[in-house]
Amino acid sequence: MTTYGLTEEHQMITETVRSFVEKEIYPHEELVERTGEVPEEIAQEIKRKTIELGFYACNFPESVGCAGLSHVEFALVERELGRGSMALNHFFGRPQNILMACEGEQIERYLMPAVRGEKMDALAMTEPGAGSDVRGMKCSAMRDGGDWVVNGTKHFISGAEHADFVIVFIATGEDQTPKGPKKRITAFLVDRGTPGFTIRDGYKSVSHRGYKNMILEFDDCRLPDTQVLGEVDSGFEVMNTWLYATRITVAAMSVGRARRAFDYALDYAAQREQFGQPIGKFQGVSFQLADMVTEIDAADLLTLAAADRLDRDLPANREIASAKLYASEMLARVTDAAIQLHGGMGLMDDYPLERFWRDARVERIWDGTSEIQRHIISRDMLRALGA
Amino acid sequence: MKVLVPVKRVIDYNVKVRVKADGSGVDLANVKMSMNPFDEIAVEQAIRLKETGQAEEVVAVSIGVKQAQETLRTALAMGADRAILVVAADDVHTDIEPLSVAKILAKIVEEEQPGLVLCGKQAIDNDMNATGQMLSALLGWSQATFASEVEVAGDKAKVTREVDGGLQTIEVTMPTIITVDLRLNEPRYASLPNIMKAKKKPLDEKTAADYGVDVSPRLSVVKTEEPAARAAGIKVGSVDELVAKLKEAGAV
Repeated sequence: MTTYGLTEEHQMITETVRSFVEKEIYPHEELVERTGEVPEEIAQEIKRKTIELGFYACNFPESVGCAGLSHVEFALVERELGRGSMALNHFFGRPQNILMACEGEQIERYLMPAVRGEKMDALAMTEPGAGSDVRGMKCSAMRDGGDWVVNGTKHFISGAEHADFVIVFIATGEDQTPKGPKKRITAFLVDRGTPGFTIRDGYKSVSHRGYKNMILEFDDCRLPDTQVLGEVDSGFEVMNTWLYATRITVAAMSVGRARRAFDYALDYAAQREQFGQPIGKFQGVSFQLADMVTEIDAADLLTLAAADRLDRDLPANREIASAKLYASEMLARVTDAAIQLHGGMGLMDDYPLERFWRDARVERIWDGTSEIQRHIISRDMLRALGA
Repeated sequence: MKVLVPVKRVIDYNVKVRVKADGSGVDLANVKMSMNPFDEIAVEQAIRLKETGQAEEVVAVSIGVKQAQETLRTALAMGADRAILVVAADDVHTDIEPLSVAKILAKIVEEEQPGLVLCGKQAIDNDMNATGQMLSALLGWSQATFASEVEVAGDKAKVTREVDGGLQTIEVTMPTIITVDLRLNEPRYASLPNIMKAKKKPLDEKTAADYGVDVSPRLSVVKTEEPAARAAGIKVGSVDELVAKLKEAGAV
């Protein structure tokens, strides 16, 4: 395990979250996998224990009564959570940082209930016609009297089935620029149950069963100005300020899950005998293990280093993108190799490996595809040279 | 009342233990180490006594290598108030024998004057099950071993002991030494605020020499070996078959 640059507190945070995941999350994973649902009583129990331990909303600052973890500390929490089912550890609540943009009465209506675990949130940006191209969004709000009237559809909205309110990015106008028309975007807080707003089941995904992706529909949904998060038309600024760091989550979780898969592979290589010896004695297997752990460590360090840059207020856009890109692609290779090492048994659901392998697939897609990350990384370097 | 809780750094209970090639002991290099699970139960019990107002202070103590500091930090993160580390060995493979540990603890008890010493009934590494009893003898205090229930009231403690025949309840006079068994409680996770506070809590570092105790070993390990591998079992289809197989094996 990597300990470079980590303190005793870091170690204790890691161990506490890991043992929580092992004892409170692992035992329910099979049920969630089989049914695609998290039973309400299990969800509430995980939430209650997380609140008791002071880990609920630990990504939020002390000023709102939370732990105020640094980026490195929070990355360690996410890394250990990444070992377990996302559907279950959704209730190890980590509300969207963006709620810190709440102002005035929004603080008591949304921010505080969210960090206390009384209300759950979700974030909605993606649309059927607007994935990586966020500005291509069609979901729009028109002025009508003093209100906004919203029409459109969002999809792939994780956590929306449990959400009491959703932070939704909606087009609120268009500017003509030399490069063509450019959408102005505003973030809105939308309560479940608002007339004209429907949350319904989305698609069945190969990855993360039970961690549903939902579809949001707006049909003449009327929202007053009090529901605007941040300023009107400043959705991009709100996004860049608060969502900048969330890609680290994908990187950190990929590292955690890769280590769990690796532990199975290492154990199997030491136990499984073929041709009269443990298969780990065959160089084809042992070298594979060496490559796996090297890649996991590399991704781990890349992720923690990117988080450390955020803690030091250094530019980290490229580093976060590199960590997200490398860790998610590493996870795909490691889970694939772990199955290969187990042979046929690796594909059977007696082992969780086929699940890790399926779950790994989405990590290269959500929160910015690998291609978008490569774009960010290369633009960051080339833009500086005027290219 | 002050409660003293000795904790030992041992090989983690999840680790597959490997015997060193020369048979001199167990391989501890690069192995995950944790607090002895019985000691964790003792820490939990001490913190509960503090939460119910029966104890004012919980002091954790560990005797061994310098790395035992991590074990003490865990106790502090669980809720102990302060810690004493007694460095008595350099090599992680050196195990301090129960009598030496008990002698050092006796000196610490003299200094600290706790009303209660709560310790694990044994450490999972060598299963000696001796330190608590020896400490009782050295101090001339009462003892209650293998506790599955503890009730402190004034100058008495009522302790339910897990003995071979069942449960035995005894009353002991305080100050006393209670060694705890598995079913006494379920230790808590360290909470995040306590983890953050743990580093600020005092941790005194001492050596065995500070207490004038000679920790050189009196026992020598002749040989350490792996237990015999268990043969694979079989599956039976019915109770009748099970009974038949047991008869065959001469088990019934």
